[in-house]
Amino acid sequence: MTRHPTAGLVDRSVPVGFRFDGQEYRGYRGDTLASALLANGVRQVGTSVRLGRPRGIYSAGSEEPTGVVQIEEPFPEPMLTATTVELHDGLVASGLSGRGRLATTPDPARYDAVYAHTDVLVVGGGPAGVAAAEAAARTGARVILADEHPVAAGPTGVRLLARTTVVGYYDDNYLVAVQRRTNHLGAAAPPHVARERLWRIRAGRVVLATGAHERPIAFAGNDRPGVMLAGAARTYLHRYGVLAGRRAVVFTTNDSAYAAARELAGAGVEIAEIVDTRQGQAVVGVEGDTGVSTVEVAPLAGGATRRYDADLLLVSGGWNPVLHLYSQAGGRLRFDEELGRFVPDGCRQAVSFVLDESLPGSTFFVVPAEDYRTHFVDLQRDVTVADVLDATGAGLRSVEHVKRYTTAGTAHDQGKTSGVLTSAAVRQALGGHALGLTTFRPPYTPVSFATLAGRDRGRCFDPVRVTAIHDWHVAHGALFENVGQWQRARYYPVAAEDMPAAVRRECRAAREGVALMDASTLGKIEVQGADAAAFLDRLYTNVLSSLRPGAIRYGVLCHADGMLFDDGTVARLAEDRFLLTTTTGNAAAVLEWLEEWLQTEWPHLRAYCTSVTEQWATVALVGPRSRDVLRSLAPDLAVDAAAFPFMTWRDSTVAGLAARVCRISFSGELAYEINVPWWYGTALWEAVYAAGQPFGITPYGTETMHVLRAEKGYPIVGQDTDGTVTPHDLGMAWVVSKKKPDFVGKRSFSRVDTSRPDRRHLVGLLPDDRTTLLPEGAHLIATRDVPPPPVPALGHVTSSYPSAALGRTFALALVKGGRDRIGQRLYAPLGDRVVPVTVAGPVLYDPEGARRDG
Amino acid sequence: MLLIRCPWCGPRDEAEYHYGGQAHVAYPEDPSALTDEEWARYLFVRANPEGPFTERWCHTAGCRRWFTVVRDTRTNEILAVSR
Repeated sequence: MTRHPTAGLVDRSVPVGFRFDGQEYRGYRGDTLASALLANGVRQVGTSVRLGRPRGIYSAGSEEPTGVVQIEEPFPEPMLTATTVELHDGLVASGLSGRGRLATTPDPARYDAVYAHTDVLVVGGGPAGVAAAEAAARTGARVILADEHPVAAGPTGVRLLARTTVVGYYDDNYLVAVQRRTNHLGAAAPPHVARERLWRIRAGRVVLATGAHERPIAFAGNDRPGVMLAGAARTYLHRYGVLAGRRAVVFTTNDSAYAAARELAGAGVEIAEIVDTRQGQAVVGVEGDTGVSTVEVAPLAGGATRRYDADLLLVSGGWNPVLHLYSQAGGRLRFDEELGRFVPDGCRQAVSFVLDESLPGSTFFVVPAEDYRTHFVDLQRDVTVADVLDATGAGLRSVEHVKRYTTAGTAHDQGKTSGVLTSAAVRQALGGHALGLTTFRPPYTPVSFATLAGRDRGRCFDPVRVTAIHDWHVAHGALFENVGQWQRARYYPVAAEDMPAAVRRECRAAREGVALMDASTLGKIEVQGADAAAFLDRLYTNVLSSLRPGAIRYGVLCHADGMLFDDGTVARLAEDRFLLTTTTGNAAAVLEWLEEWLQTEWPHLRAYCTSVTEQWATVALVGPRSRDVLRSLAPDLAVDAAAFPFMTWRDSTVAGLAARVCRISFSGELAYEINVPWWYGTALWEAVYAAGQPFGITPYGTETMHVLRAEKGYPIVGQDTDGTVTPHDLGMAWVVSKKKPDFVGKRSFSRVDTSRPDRRHLVGLLPDDRTTLLPEGAHLIATRDVPPPPVPALGHVTSSYPSAALGRTFALALVKGGRDRIGQRLYAPLGDRVVPVTVAGPVLYDPEGARRDG
Repeated sequence: MLLIRCPWCGPRDEAEYHYGGQAHVAYPEDPSALTDEEWARYLFVRANPEGPFTERWCHTAGCRRWFTVVRDTRTNEILAVSR
């Protein structure tokens, strides 16, 4: 044991048992894992990642480059620094050689997040930070004081966040901090308290009292366990009552290490020698088995080497203010050659940095030598001065490039101790230019993904939207798919049916009898106002102002570049009132599109848009017997084809419910879409289901819907289109008005590129083998043999299904000049085989449209 | 995380807004009168200055109104906001 009998702030009345690398040890409450390991004489914590050299404890804080551990219990966590892990009973940890292991079991802990607004945020609870917080609080300001250590109490009137590391500083004084709430309690952590909490803080003013990091010196063997920052040894003595060694050499470039020497000597550590570069002396070598046992000292000017027995080599290369957050805030840093350290040099954000003038800098960084292969600059990444010289020798000039070439500063510690040394080595190699640092980026210390995710995981990751009829689908065994945020019934297997069998059965019902589907998820937008018709004429490619109230028209929306981005129906409810439907996933985007044009280009138009998606539940009633079912439910409604023609709507009473019935078909069959207020969705569905029983009514899901529409060549936006497809490419020139002087996208249709004859067209594909199902995404080429790369691809499969109605498989595809290739043979290379297919028109089922009226 | 002052709702986090690119790119009076090159310029070519930039934002998660912001692209400082 090297525990001092009295020094330190640890609570000696509470011994703590822990295990490290399989050995049982004891420490005290208030220890870190690092201080407890040092107190137990453990010098080596792990090995380095690349060279496998022994690594010990180097610092006493979050700047630690080497003491990296894996926590095993209470819950596995990789890559923590022993200097920041608070000791608790039952802690089990092991040393790492570079890389940790993630837990293989779910994390039972909670994580949460808090938003805070404050007048002043003070980062760092040392004397300067406390004074700043106190002064600010006295003015009546709301003050938050955050400190990464287990601080017990803050000044009066200040909200203290202990064990809280501010990890990110963003625009407009927005800061992110991680508070460790129960980690230090181990197994005793109450399960209802979040383990870590993410603080998102907007501060009127920020005071950074983040102190300083001591810098190492590059010399031969400076990575050996037992080499430690001088200030860290003071911390171990004063905070933890731990002597970091018995006999020490102190190697310094500045005055600050003398205090360490004096205080350690007073505590019983023998100081073998103080080596000060300002007196022309330097450490030139370190010997030892794993840790330091002999320190070699020689004059910088050359001369005899002296050897000192020592188990501790304290190093001080001067101090650097911890300017990470200041730099993240956009603050400029400047290396002051006189002070030998970086200083804050102005920031546009409302931030002050408290500079501790008592901590000296230095401009001595690297002990000259013949061989720089053990002059480490980054102890975690195993980067030496020799590596930096390799980089500059290879022509790299910028410290940013050297960082990427050598990996210096890219470890968990992000170069807190190595950054300045790397930069100094670059300067030494190239001569002259100013000492620079690589850009500081968040986070200041590593943050776990669990903390960032907080409660937004699993079911809470994204809202789940379900229709009014959802519970019925669940009760009837539907399997679901996600469409946008919506859960849609995909198919309803009966008994042990697989999906193809269920879809075959559902398709047959829709084509030969009657079937029903929940279509409530389609986006619905009402557009009202005196100029509603004129407004829609400007956005849709076809004319909508000529629509009579009571009628419905199919329409598509294109971006100004002429590319189709949504389609749906437009029903005219009254002279000044329209109801648009959108695709399920695009409802919000279409509403935003309408609003954008209304607000930014045509604010004079009297048109107003409202989403009514969740006001209407929609049941699609499909199939040759659908009229019979509807007639039995709506005795007041004239349902024959002449009285209620295709693409019209009627207000009526269906199953006793006020309903809007539309004659719309997405399957090619006689079909109705019955809309009732959302609240009555299940009532309507159940009534339709009951009324359809004599006809064998069958519920169907989105998979069957896809097959039915694909057999008719109806494209799905986002599946058969991808933002590079015009209505003409889809063979829908008929939906593009030639009469309207303008609409959004019109001018683009006469661009050279959009009028090329070899654009990709939507066509049907029939595999020669009637059972071969092409994978969606399969590429198409002109020859059976795949030519050498680059292979001239003619297009790709966008939709592909087996079809009961066609008695074969089929596909839709976007094919270069596809409409001119109808009847031609193409080939789909599928890795180990090539599938021959014949190009067909996109409408494979009932091309004359005979089934529409039942 | 920018703090953007919505002209209707007041200062809110950037995450509530949707970015709309360069402002004042007016829809041409008569697109059919434009050459392909002029039309392509309207569609695709936008300014990308280093310094003050007038751009559109929409308060998507709030009032859903579009408005104009002048932002210094070097510092992210918002110099002006207007309806």
